[in-house]
Amino acid sequence: MQDNNNKDNKFVKEVVDQKYEYGFTTNVQTEIIPKGLNEDVVRLISKKKGEPDWLLDFRLKAYRYWKTLPVPTWGHVHVPHIDFQAISYYADPLAKKPKNKEIDPELEKTFDKLGIPLEERLALSGTAVDAVMDSVSVKTTFKKQLAEKGIIFSSIGEAVKNHPDLVRKYLGSVVPYRDNFSAALNSAVFSDGSFVYIPKGVRCPMELSSYFRINAVNTGQFERTLIVADDDSYVSYLEGCTAPMRDENQLHAAVVEIVVMNNAEVKYSTVQNWYPGDEHGKGGVLNLVTKRGDLRGVNSKLSWTQVETGSAITWKYPSCVLRGDNSQAEFYSVAVTNHYQEADTGTKMIHMGKNTKSTIISKGISAGHSQNSYRGLVRATEKADNARNYSSCDSLLLGSDCGAHTFPYLNIHNDTAVVEHEATTSKISEDQLFYCNQRGIPSEDAVGLIVNGYAKDVLNKLPMEFAVEAQKLLSVSLEGTVG
Amino acid sequence: MNSEQQYITLYNDNAELIKSHSADVLNAVRDEAFENFRRMGFPSKKVERYKYTDMAALFAPDYGLNLNRLDIPVDPYEAFRCDVPNLSTSLYFVVNDQFYTKALPKVTPGDGIIVDSLAHAAVEHHDIVAKYYAKAAKMKDDAITALNTMLAQDGLFVYVPKNTRCDRTIQVINILRSDVDMMVNRRVLIVLEEGAEAKFLFCDHSADDRNFLATQVIEAFVGDNANLELNCLEETHYKNVRVSNVYIDQQRDSRVNHNVITLHNGTTRNQLDLVFKGEGAECSCNGCVIADKQQHVDNNTLIDHQVGHCTSNELYKYVLNDASVGAFAGKILVRHGAEKTLSQETNQNLCATKQARMFTQPMLEIYADDVQCNHGSTVGQLNDAALFYMQQRGVSAEEAKLLLEFAFVNEVIDKMELEPLRDRLHHLVEMRFRGKLNKCEGCKLCK
Repeated sequence: MQDNNNKDNKFVKEVVDQKYEYGFTTNVQTEIIPKGLNEDVVRLISKKKGEPDWLLDFRLKAYRYWKTLPVPTWGHVHVPHIDFQAISYYADPLAKKPKNKEIDPELEKTFDKLGIPLEERLALSGTAVDAVMDSVSVKTTFKKQLAEKGIIFSSIGEAVKNHPDLVRKYLGSVVPYRDNFSAALNSAVFSDGSFVYIPKGVRCPMELSSYFRINAVNTGQFERTLIVADDDSYVSYLEGCTAPMRDENQLHAAVVEIVVMNNAEVKYSTVQNWYPGDEHGKGGVLNLVTKRGDLRGVNSKLSWTQVETGSAITWKYPSCVLRGDNSQAEFYSVAVTNHYQEADTGTKMIHMGKNTKSTIISKGISAGHSQNSYRGLVRATEKADNARNYSSCDSLLLGSDCGAHTFPYLNIHNDTAVVEHEATTSKISEDQLFYCNQRGIPSEDAVGLIVNGYAKDVLNKLPMEFAVEAQKLLSVSLEGTVG
Repeated sequence: MNSEQQYITLYNDNAELIKSHSADVLNAVRDEAFENFRRMGFPSKKVERYKYTDMAALFAPDYGLNLNRLDIPVDPYEAFRCDVPNLSTSLYFVVNDQFYTKALPKVTPGDGIIVDSLAHAAVEHHDIVAKYYAKAAKMKDDAITALNTMLAQDGLFVYVPKNTRCDRTIQVINILRSDVDMMVNRRVLIVLEEGAEAKFLFCDHSADDRNFLATQVIEAFVGDNANLELNCLEETHYKNVRVSNVYIDQQRDSRVNHNVITLHNGTTRNQLDLVFKGEGAECSCNGCVIADKQQHVDNNTLIDHQVGHCTSNELYKYVLNDASVGAFAGKILVRHGAEKTLSQETNQNLCATKQARMFTQPMLEIYADDVQCNHGSTVGQLNDAALFYMQQRGVSAEEAKLLLEFAFVNEVIDKMELEPLRDRLHHLVEMRFRGKLNKCEGCKLCK
């Protein structure tokens, strides 16, 4: 028994010592505006991006509203005090690029190192990428090929210039600037994110993806992503993110808006691997994100899949508003927390149309001293006849100092709605471990196997390239944490 | 004037009067409770535990209070005849918030067992009451408990000494009786020493067609290896507001079976805070709600596993008709180090009409790893196949629906240990579903 304990400790130590693979910084000349936030800063950001007046107006309204809001504290997370005046809201790594080069070779090297090919010929996987560093989109690949089909895939800054009508029509229509504290902040200072428009009847031939990276010191990232899938279209969109290791917390307050029209389908997958802080809980990214999809059309479908392994604090609820009749929404999530990470994540399913269906599968894994919470809302409004929801939230605890919590809210205002929720919390069963050990599988591998099996429902929903990365991430985060 | 202000003014003006008609032990914490209430005010809907019931609105109307403890003429036996057949109980009455001494049972419950008015016991058995009174109730965190502690002048005290078994069920009839709109503040203190055993049946009735607002705080201390069954049955009327906070402390190897049945009411909020303080303890907390018209029933539970090796089971079922509103929020809190906890929380609800609303929130908050905690919650309708099956066999649609609804809530009733009470409840629930139980059966209004 003693031996076993020692062995366990060794495994635990290995995990603790595991280095964050993407923690390097890129030495690139970055133009950073002075720290602080006021109306002039908002105007400056807007000016740097050459935005039209209506957008500046939107930003200013959002800023004025944000100023009136108190910092929210209701989550099951301990957000450290954020000095919003000590953050620089715009950092441009492209500003001082060498002459004759599209992008700084340093940047190219960085993205290569992260496994994101910016050279189209190298992109064997056939995924179009919008690579964003700090506040600026570095490059968007395969734009031409996509444009042939009428698909618009660009940074939102470019889209404002090239397709102002589209952006104006949809921006803020899913997540208005008055939605919440971080959404208001984002609306005031947002920088590049992706804009995707899939025209009627088009099935996007390749996966679209954005890769977000924070590089500069004392900045935050406030990207804004807008995806519009018009009637009968389909798109699968992937999102990945990393950040360097720094002692101070960095703020990431993004907004993602998705509009799904009649018979359209959108699949949105995230592998979130922001820097989680060190083993003592120092540093790390504060990930306060608002993501929402509006299923406006009949028979529309939206699926959120997320693998959350990074960030010191994750506080987000990718949601679906099922407005169209017969619309369907899915939410699959694996959230892993280790060391002193805290996560309060889940989803909201608002059933408004008739015959709408939603599924929630959430798997939480906590280790070390971390706290992992699922919080989710299922609401069936009075008009949502025959709404159907199934939620299942499982939590796995590895270690006696961590916490796993479940806070589901079911608000049912309709007698034809059928809503089910179930949740379990337990540790890895001794029987399963013993069974594996008995067959010659060492404890460490057995835990990996069991955790991967546990998360399989969700991992299976990820596109192939991401599934491989997610599986690797899971094993990196948890390998050997024998419960 | 906002809601809390009228109570603050009331206390400021009448603190001496309230105290003069109560006992020292109760008075000792009164000022502190007042300070807490003044600090907190009524919980708004932004307070997580109170988000489904607007407390300030419930307490806003101007109710009368019987601070002078005037005797209100009542013959409890006339007002109440809903005795449970075949259940030999020791029957006590609490009229409004006063222990009724004129109709005590002829047979005492057992040697050493004390069943008395709380104010009287606080004098007669000062040490015991002082040791336990307001020790479990969280008056620092809960404004309603603070308000009750600040205003309660009397109530019920039950003490079961070590290794004593109370053979007869202690039945307490809470009667609301008044000619004007009335607020009552009841207080119940139950102490079961090591190895003691007692069963309780609290029945809430109203004898007059007036607006009543009743706050109630029950504190129960369950000693090592003791056994408590606490059944609360509410059968009042649509004008009745009931706010009940129950606090139970469980020591090593103790067992608690707590059942709350809401058959008829106006607005009800039941809150249960149960704390496991010793290992090996078990609890089973169940609730059954049958609501229609504008009824509002909110059950809020917190099971706090402070130590390991304890087991908790919760089962709450709601049947909602018309424009009734149901809410259930249950939290299982497993503290750091409370290993080997077993916990199951189930909430199932039937919404029978379009206007009925159900809010449910089964929560787990777990800080220990070697535990097995599950919760499940469903909202839905009766099974069409089952309805069809019965109609195919000649049972009318109406009757089939009734049978299925009855079977649905029956699971909760079957959790009760008292067989005669179960039988009686089967009867009451059936009548309730048939719409025949508009008022409490047998009270003078329904005769």
